[in-house]
Amino acid sequence: MEKRGKYTTVSIPVTLYNRIKRVIEGTGFTSVSSFVTYVLREVVASYEEERSAEPFTEEEREKIIEKLRKLGYL
Amino acid sequence: MVSKPHGGTLIRRVSPRDKRETLIEETNEMVSIDVPFDIATDIENIAYGVFSPLEGFVVQEDYTSILYNMRLSNDIPWTFPITLDVSPEEIKGVKEGDTIAIKHNGTFIATLQVEEIYRWDKKRFARHVYRTEDPNHPGVYKTYRKKELLVGGKILLINELPNPFYKYTLRPAETRILFREKGWKTIVGFQTRNAPHIGHEYVQKSALTFIDGLFINPLVGWKKKNDYRDDVIIAAYETLIKYYYPRNAVVFSITRTPMRYAGPREAIHHAIMRKNYGCTHFIVGRDHAGVGNYYGPYEAQEIFSEFPDLGITPLFVKEFFYCRRCGGVANEKVCPHSEEYRVKISGTKIRQMILSGQTPPETMMRPEVARVILSYDNPFIEEV
Repeated sequence: MEKRGKYTTVSIPVTLYNRIKRVIEGTGFTSVSSFVTYVLREVVASYEEERSAEPFTEEEREKIIEKLRKLGYL
Repeated sequence: MVSKPHGGTLIRRVSPRDKRETLIEETNEMVSIDVPFDIATDIENIAYGVFSPLEGFVVQEDYTSILYNMRLSNDIPWTFPITLDVSPEEIKGVKEGDTIAIKHNGTFIATLQVEEIYRWDKKRFARHVYRTEDPNHPGVYKTYRKKELLVGGKILLINELPNPFYKYTLRPAETRILFREKGWKTIVGFQTRNAPHIGHEYVQKSALTFIDGLFINPLVGWKKKNDYRDDVIIAAYETLIKYYYPRNAVVFSITRTPMRYAGPREAIHHAIMRKNYGCTHFIVGRDHAGVGNYYGPYEAQEIFSEFPDLGITPLFVKEFFYCRRCGGVANEKVCPHSEEYRVKISGTKIRQMILSGQTPPETMMRPEVARVILSYDNPFIEEV
């Protein structure tokens, strides 16, 4: 599939670059950039998840529990 | 722990009760468009957070990013563009920044703040989303029949659609609380558009052996000809759960949304919806959301490797069959016997048997489930 997007440059130590280059040999990753993007997405998503808040108040929660009881789910 | 909403926030775009009357009055001054049922259910799903983090129909930047990168423009994974198609006549005089009224069958359901009106290329959409331009593909066929403009912008739900399946319709806020109340830390979502056969049951129960709770969540809405009718799917599952499932380990609830038959991309879309319901895991079987021979048998599993940041763990399962030598249901991972002992649990074969009034054998379908399905004059969709 054709990919289209904007890219920017991030600096990493050359030693790390070389290490990644060795690691991705024979894997599905086609470049160091694609590997770094993959790993960073995973890490960033887990940080973001830790920060997301509960979407409902205690009052809303109680109302929902009442509805779930009425419908027989609880 | 119940999964975090996709994109970090569970979206709620539902008008408060005390503001509804005023909003309805205001719509008399607005341009209104009448949308088909599929779009109307998209609006409900956006409003109640099933499609979190979407707050409305996608604008062009997101649309293009989804098509080419399978991500929203803010890099969050999203594979199926949720769009509102309109004709130029319908939105004559409407400018970006206006609010329009949305109706379904003449009844006002929502407002839309118009952020952008843009043209789209249906063939390009088909090529990227469905991986084919063939109009025989049911999703492509529907795409080609859509109107020539797309409108992006946030929606606000004012009136819910009539719902004959109200009892079975739980919103993400409700399932998330329900799972917590049940004390489940891990929840596996099961997507379906079928009445359950033995293969489905074993897939679900295999997952349930190491996961706290099972969330069975059929899609109710547009499907292709010869698929099971919605009421049949619900009745069949009610029966299966009643006789064969531990009650405290299963939640059954529907999602009103059309099947899109987009194979791999739809598998990701299905996983995201279940993440928003609170699932931590999601079952992906053979040819998930596929149709005909448009996708490879395990393409819908392979695509998950492109999304390390999806936030829900896929469980890839192989097909189950009945093995006469094992004397039970098995799959190729656990059964060493050759093909001659294996009885394929074929949905197509079950369908044919039901259509001719025959009861499928117990190696394929529970007799109680088969009886319920056979009690319908025609359990399958006739026209689309």
